[in-house]
Amino acid sequence: MNNEHFLSVNDLQVHFKTADGIVKATDGLSYTLDRGKTLGIVGESGSGKSVSSSAIMGLHQGTSARIEGNVWLDGVDLLTLSPPEMRKLRGKEIAMIFQDPLSALHPYYTVGHQIAEAYRVHNAVSKKHARKKVVEMLELVGIPQPERRFDGYPHEYSGGMRQRAMIAMALINDPSLLIADEPTTALDVTVQAQILDLLQKLQKEFNTAIIMITHDLGVVAEMADDALVMYAGRAVEYGPVSEVLTHPEMPYTWGLLSSVPDVTADTDIPMVPIPGNPPSLLNQPPGCAFQPRCVHSSKVPGDLCKTTMPDLLPGSHGGSGHLTRCHLPNPELIYETEVAHDVTPTQSEER
Amino acid sequence: MWAYAARRVVIGVMLLLALTLVTFVLFFASPADQARHACGKQCTDEQIAVTEKALGYDKPVYEQWGMFVKGLATGREFPADPELKKTHPEFITDCDAPCLGYSKTNGKTVNYLIGKAAPVSVSLAVVAVVLWLAFGVSLGIIAAVVKGSIIDRGIVGLTLIIYAFPTFFLGVFFLKFVVVKWGILAYPGYVSIAEGGVANWLNNLLLPGMTLALVFLASYVRMTRAFVLESLGEDYIRTARAKGLTSRRVLFKHALRAALTPLVTMTGIDFASLLGGAIITEQVFAYNGMGKLTVDSSQAWDLPTIIGIVVVAGAFVILANIIVDICYALIDPRVRLG
Ligand SMILES: Nc1ncnc2c1ncn2[C@@H]1O[C@H](COP(=O)(O)OP(=O)(O)O)[C@@H](O)[C@H]1O
Ligand SMILES: [Mg+2]
Repeated sequence: MNNEHFLSVNDLQVHFKTADGIVKATDGLSYTLDRGKTLGIVGESGSGKSVSSSAIMGLHQGTSARIEGNVWLDGVDLLTLSPPEMRKLRGKEIAMIFQDPLSALHPYYTVGHQIAEAYRVHNAVSKKHARKKVVEMLELVGIPQPERRFDGYPHEYSGGMRQRAMIAMALINDPSLLIADEPTTALDVTVQAQILDLLQKLQKEFNTAIIMITHDLGVVAEMADDALVMYAGRAVEYGPVSEVLTHPEMPYTWGLLSSVPDVTADTDIPMVPIPGNPPSLLNQPPGCAFQPRCVHSSKVPGDLCKTTMPDLLPGSHGGSGHLTRCHLPNPELIYETEVAHDVTPTQSEER
Repeated sequence: MWAYAARRVVIGVMLLLALTLVTFVLFFASPADQARHACGKQCTDEQIAVTEKALGYDKPVYEQWGMFVKGLATGREFPADPELKKTHPEFITDCDAPCLGYSKTNGKTVNYLIGKAAPVSVSLAVVAVVLWLAFGVSLGIIAAVVKGSIIDRGIVGLTLIIYAFPTFFLGVFFLKFVVVKWGILAYPGYVSIAEGGVANWLNNLLLPGMTLALVFLASYVRMTRAFVLESLGEDYIRTARAKGLTSRRVLFKHALRAALTPLVTMTGIDFASLLGGAIITEQVFAYNGMGKLTVDSSQAWDLPTIIGIVVVAGAFVILANIIVDICYALIDPRVRLG
């Protein structure tokens, strides 16, 4: 398995030991990703998207996190690397952009300086050379007057420009894997689209593999090749976007699909949020983590949902590539008859 | 920025004048007989009357304040009364601008008294601030980096214990052990750089400087620790790590720059207030600084000296505030002066 794919995350666990007990922020997470492809990871806030992806970056090193499993990148298990070895890969082979570009940039240093720093830490070049390279990158990500903007401070940039600068910083060393952690959540809708377009353009140019973390299925529909739906630290549905968005088999995914507001439709389809809150990741009870919020669990015989956690298995549609974690015997039928009409058409017909 | 600084200085001067007015009013509102105190216990009523006239205490408060302000600007002569000047020319004392007044108690101008005392307090404050910053900040950084460990708890605990001791206790402790019992240092006594050179000056300031620094150490350790921890939790630190920077560079370049900025304010204000005198430390080590002068002049109801000290100490604090604000603008590009 480890040599077939460029990135292969295998049974990843990230547990935090806290005063109240062990927080299982990520538990048994597996996925794969190839060069030039995009994996969309979706889930509500607190489902472990950032924690699991930060583990790939080695950002939990030096914290109380206990990490297990494997993260194979190009044949190397990143979790076995020493901190200095991991540091050399960070920012060079694997780069990351974050949700809020204003707080992600240091307020006291110029944007150009901060990007140049990312370049110079991995390349022994002069300041002048680095500046030239940074200006090129700023131009590439669509920042006007890059030569002048180099010396600007983050607070002098607009939100969209800051995220462009973050993208320039992330891509300056031509990483083979880019983790984008909700890169558009903090931006206006129009700017969101521009940033996504930019990422797609640059992905083609650099052949970068992208992990696109979002809680917006619209972003997944637009960007991703594969989709991974996370709930309470685990994958609950995983497969090609065409499968997961058009033939979803897990009630949580249905809920996410129904709660996407459709800005383009002129019909008055009500937005259906998922009732209830995500469970605590402390001392999780046995059974399906989504069961307390699941309106379909009564269709499962007995109290299977309460007692046994379903495995992540191939569903009834889409063959072995489409995995789902649900006890429902005939999810496809329930979706078609009870759920599909709530889902805005743009979502399911995007692909 | 210079326009800003100039404007702040003008406002500062006005503030200072208001401060002197309040001080004047407060003192003259007190029931004590100023002239009697200035003249001394053995004075006859006649002598007191002469003193009152010589010092201008017979005039209304606002007039006296006006003369004080004029003296600040242009200097003045004591006694101010033209008649007395003629009859007792031997009394005349010149006081150049900025004249802070004349202390009858000491038979000297206030400028002279403060000119003697200020270098002592400034030296003490400089040595103390260097010591407490050097130790407080580095211990605070260490504690933050090893947060939760024995070392962290040790540093925080120890500085708190020191903080719990009164200043005079620390001072007397140093004198008793470091000087008397162990003989490590000679008994400190202020020697100016002009008189004894830098090494001698510093040597004599070590113990009082340390005493004073220890008073501030605990709060600087805890502040530094808190600011560094806060800064280490910021998003831009995660970005810095995600770039592949070494943890040392992340700490020193990215975390400390932001963490230490708020310390500039604290240091500026604490330092400035020390320039106005460290009463207890000066008392313990018998240093004739501003603190000692404050105590002496208060006990002697030496009003002109007290007003002079208030003006000078106030000026230090106002100046420190201006410098701190300018420093902020230099450190943090988001801060715009104006
Ligand atoms: N250092 C930590 N210690 C304890 N719990 C943590 C820590 N970091 C994250 N968590 C918990 O892990 C869970 C997943 O967080 P996160 O991955 O940030 O969610 P999201 O899917 O919104 O990105 C959250 O419940 C969070 O409280
Ligand atoms: Mg997150």
